[in-house]
Amino acid sequence: MAGGAAMGIWAKKKDQAMIELSGVAKSFTLYNQGGAAIPVMAGAALSVAPGECVALTGASGAGKSTLMRMIHGNYLAASGRIVVGGLDVAAAEPREILALRRHVLGYVSQFLRVVPRVPTLDVVAEPLLAVGVPVEAARDRAAALLARLNIPRPLWDLSPTTFSGGEQQRVNIARGFAHDYPALLLDEPTASLDPGNREVVLELIEAAKARGAAILGIFHDAGARARVCDREVDVSAFAVAP
Amino acid sequence: MRAGAFRAEAPVAPILSVRGLTKRYGGRVGCEDVGFDLYPGEVMGIVGESGSGKSTLLNCLAGHLRPDAGEVLFDLGKDGMRDTLALSEPERRRLARTDWAFVHQNPRDGLRMTVSAGGNVGERLMAVGARNYGAIRASALDWLGRVEIAADRIDDRPAAFSGGMQQRLQIARNLVTGPRLVFMDEPTGGLDVSVQARLLDLLRGLVRDMGLSAVIVTHDLAVVRLLAHRLMVMKGGRVVETGLTDQVLDDPQHGYTQLLVSSVLQV
Ligand SMILES: Nc1ncnc2c1ncn2[C@@H]1O[C@H](COP(=O)(O)OP(=O)(O)OP(=O)(O)O)[C@@H](O)[C@H]1O
Ligand SMILES: Nc1ncnc2c1ncn2[C@@H]1O[C@H](COP(=O)(O)OP(=O)(O)OP(=O)(O)O)[C@@H](O)[C@H]1O
Ligand SMILES: [Mg+2]
Ligand SMILES: [Mg+2]
Repeated sequence: MAGGAAMGIWAKKKDQAMIELSGVAKSFTLYNQGGAAIPVMAGAALSVAPGECVALTGASGAGKSTLMRMIHGNYLAASGRIVVGGLDVAAAEPREILALRRHVLGYVSQFLRVVPRVPTLDVVAEPLLAVGVPVEAARDRAAALLARLNIPRPLWDLSPTTFSGGEQQRVNIARGFAHDYPALLLDEPTASLDPGNREVVLELIEAAKARGAAILGIFHDAGARARVCDREVDVSAFAVAP
Repeated sequence: MRAGAFRAEAPVAPILSVRGLTKRYGGRVGCEDVGFDLYPGEVMGIVGESGSGKSTLLNCLAGHLRPDAGEVLFDLGKDGMRDTLALSEPERRRLARTDWAFVHQNPRDGLRMTVSAGGNVGERLMAVGARNYGAIRASALDWLGRVEIAADRIDDRPAAFSGGMQQRLQIARNLVTGPRLVFMDEPTGGLDVSVQARLLDLLRGLVRDMGLSAVIVTHDLAVVRLLAHRLMVMKGGRVVETGLTDQVLDDPQHGYTQLLVSSVLQV
């Protein structure tokens, strides 16, 4: 399976963290709205070991998605260390972050962002092609995931741009689970899914844990959280008084 | 996947290394103190308002303009990193024909309008020593196909092509010799949206399949999001912000970048 050999180096001993944050701070300065810095968090720390699923909790606006985006390298941390698979994302070069995203760190965002004109099957197969999996094998794996997530076959050759919200979310999940990433970030993976598809996603998460993936997730669905998560980290604990 | 591929993938040596690049037009600043390293396989986007120095910088990098200060080091393989500003004129021309390509905003500046489409592509091959007519024509046909120009147009002059076709022909002409580094100034500017999308598909494929490095100047943030690995934001000739493309667009750190990002439709 794709990524199998890479796990040899990236899956460390069970007690060694795959994702480890310490002293992470973030504020937003909107220069065109007065330019005052709005602090979101400071001193954020957490760690996720291989095979473990940790839930980020906290009220709306507490900073769960912000923290996840910093781990992904999409938001810039103001200070602190964000070590994923040995790379400090907070201090890394763009090309190092892109390589990390290709091989090590998967991310299922809340909403699918698609390249225009690319068919759904290729959208899902792309992460596998990016790590050198042959086209046929990548498409087979993509097809299996799309089938499992109940995306009707006639849609596979179309761009997901025009799909329903739930369909897009399932394409997004299929894409996020195509390659066996050693570390996974999941932002509301079960939101807007019917019970059948929710069950499929929870099974995918359980299977990823079983093969040793370190998972950090945001779940508003308390039942889902209780079932797949081993621990919770409350982001409100990192809040700074404005 | 190979074990260790993640580490092995990040190459150690840049293909292009730029330091302190400055160009003035009399008292007016073209670009000032620009520096960056570009790595093999990397695509860097340059964005910024009109007059911010993007084309000036690109032309200095490609040797079309002589900067007042700074250095542009290019990896010449066995000869190591060489300052392209210190190369002799024949050496620089050779580099421009073999290792580099330059895609102009206006295809008329990058094509020979009186030569057939096939000739435009074949000419580049001949410039690097190709002599076999059959092989040159086959290669030209192959490249016209890749940029979706029908084989039966090979003997037409570019003047008879639409703007989008001319731009695709210019790209074929530039890439046929397998350059390692491509400079592009607004490659999708002035094209209608559907033509733009096809051209972007094409460029994405070429970057992926040929492992090209590229520096792309554009006004279009949707284009850089799709094409560029990293971004450089310019204002008044200076670089105000650089970083991973999605980070600069989604979490811009500089007030000017925030303005730039908020003043266009989100993609
Ligand atoms: N790009 C941004 N620019 C400015 N402020 C931002 C940006 N992204 C997030 N914020 C702010 O950071 C804070 C945390 O937002 P975030 O989206 O992380 O919350 P959350 O915990 O994920 O909430 P929810 O449960 O509603 O998704 C909010 O005040 C939000 O407005
Ligand atoms: N040949 C020239 N002589 C004098 N000034 C020039 C010349 N070329 C450019 N400039 C000036 O240098 C500055 C940078 O110009 P440049 O063409 O690099 O901008 P740009 O970022 O490419 O803009 P655009 O997006 O409009 O193409 C501008 O102020 C411009 O007027
Ligand atoms: Mg959120
Ligand atoms: Mg210009």
